[in-house]
Amino acid sequence: MPQAITISNLTKTFPGEEGEHIALQSVNLAVEKGDIYGIMGLSGAGKSTLVRCINGLEHYDSGTVTVNAKEVGSLNRGDLRMLRRDIGMIFQSFNLMPSRTVAGNVELAFRNRKDRAARESRVCELLDLVGLADKADSYPNELSGGQKQRVAIARALVNNPSILLSDEATSALDPNTTQSILDLLRNLHDRLGLTIVVITHQMAVIKQICNKVAVIADGSIVEEGKVFDLFVNPQARLTKSFIETTSNLEKISALIEHNSPLIALHPGEILLRMRYVSKQVSQALISIISRQFNIDANIIFGDIDVVDNAPLGGLVVIFKGKASDVREAIEFLKKRDIRIEVLKHAELA
Amino acid sequence: MLNWLDHLFPNVMARLPEFFDSFVQTLIMVGVAGIISFFFACGFAVALILTQPHGLTPNAVVFNVLDKIINTFRSIPFIILAAALVPITRAIVGTAIGTQGAIFPLIIGITPFFTRQIQSALAGVDAGFIEAAEAMGMGTVEIVFRIYLREAIPSIIRVSVITLVSLVGLTAIVGIVGGGGLGDFAIRYGYQRYMLDATYSTIIVLVLLIGLIELVGRLLVEVSQH
Repeated sequence: MPQAITISNLTKTFPGEEGEHIALQSVNLAVEKGDIYGIMGLSGAGKSTLVRCINGLEHYDSGTVTVNAKEVGSLNRGDLRMLRRDIGMIFQSFNLMPSRTVAGNVELAFRNRKDRAARESRVCELLDLVGLADKADSYPNELSGGQKQRVAIARALVNNPSILLSDEATSALDPNTTQSILDLLRNLHDRLGLTIVVITHQMAVIKQICNKVAVIADGSIVEEGKVFDLFVNPQARLTKSFIETTSNLEKISALIEHNSPLIALHPGEILLRMRYVSKQVSQALISIISRQFNIDANIIFGDIDVVDNAPLGGLVVIFKGKASDVREAIEFLKKRDIRIEVLKHAELA
Repeated sequence: MLNWLDHLFPNVMARLPEFFDSFVQTLIMVGVAGIISFFFACGFAVALILTQPHGLTPNAVVFNVLDKIINTFRSIPFIILAAALVPITRAIVGTAIGTQGAIFPLIIGITPFFTRQIQSALAGVDAGFIEAAEAMGMGTVEIVFRIYLREAIPSIIRVSVITLVSLVGLTAIVGIVGGGGLGDFAIRYGYQRYMLDATYSTIIVLVLLIGLIELVGRLLVEVSQH
């Protein structure tokens, strides 16, 4: 796939009261056309600065940012404006102009301002696309947060950009609305072939729509890769802690620690954590092992999600059966790319 | 019906046409000086907002020079400024007295104040709107006219009302240095000839005028907000 955005060795410092503050340090990033690329970090990690370097809202000290084969830092004002029309952007605070109607906001940046008919039909088309055709004459203050973000998305798409930058676009929204906005972004990506860069501090957002992710901390990228791989095999401590927030499989350690009656094992029982670590199509594994190996499986926790069209997550289960059967069942699962961790054994029967 | 007016304001009723003319002169001075200074103030305020340290086109020289000039003029009491401007007024307008001679010092007197007011109205435009406009690929001129000035309209109306009220006060002061208007009327008759009713009727008319300006301002703000 051709590159949409290539960032290499990007460094930016802000002058501060106590010397310079390093906002970005030697950042390298490659976003291919058609990616939904997540940039994940805590607040102050530099992710907003990074995304603003992509459309030239921020200048950088060294390194290069190449967008659609143009080096952003070397463009003059006019060329930068042309490039920005090919990069839509949406914000956490929506930034709709309160003095203009929904339609007025969407057409604000329309390239061909003189052609009224083209402008009006484009606005209709976009409001249809985001499901707000009936709100054209409303003012932003009359809309809910989710509707405002939909208008902002329509506005960002008015000039048919190839790239959409989303800066914490769902952070101010409730979970249901977040869901619907993410669905819309995914839908637009599929229909329009958009490349989307998603800035967020919510791992759940990454899990839901991104295919690639970079985790950023203190201005540097600590880990990057395909979302599925990163969730299965997180390397950096920060990534691990982010991922734990999206899964409840870690709760088991608290239960073990507190000797919860829920996981009190009887003789012949074994407590395990199973995780999906490959993109194989899920099988009826629990049913298979209980039939083949004569094992009773008691599911304590389940957390299976679909990430990038593959099942991700796992189960915490208690297996009950003959020791040899249990051993064989575990071997069987391991062969099918299920990662098994034995958390607790019962005293031998 | 006019009997009680004759009784309460004998000197004013005797000079009713002159009183009315003075009122019209005040309106002309407030109107003309207000409109002209509005455009200057918008221009200077936009220049300050654009050239300020984190503005769209930062320029320390332009910003600081403009900033200092405004502060300097604002620190001169208007009555002294008006007197000091007499030679310049005469050179530019041809006369330093009457309504015509008053408008120039009024503009110089009110523009710095007006500029600060509009500057604060523009500064109140959410930085996020400006960022969004930049991200859309808008140029500086477009951002000034389609975002800054437009989104600040309710605030601009509000500060314009405040400024107009101050300007009414300044028109009364130019009465002292030879300008016309109600201030001149009140000073000549009310103050110099002890015709108290001239002073009181001037106060009543000015209070009503300011009330009217504020009422219209409030209505406009309401209409302009969504």
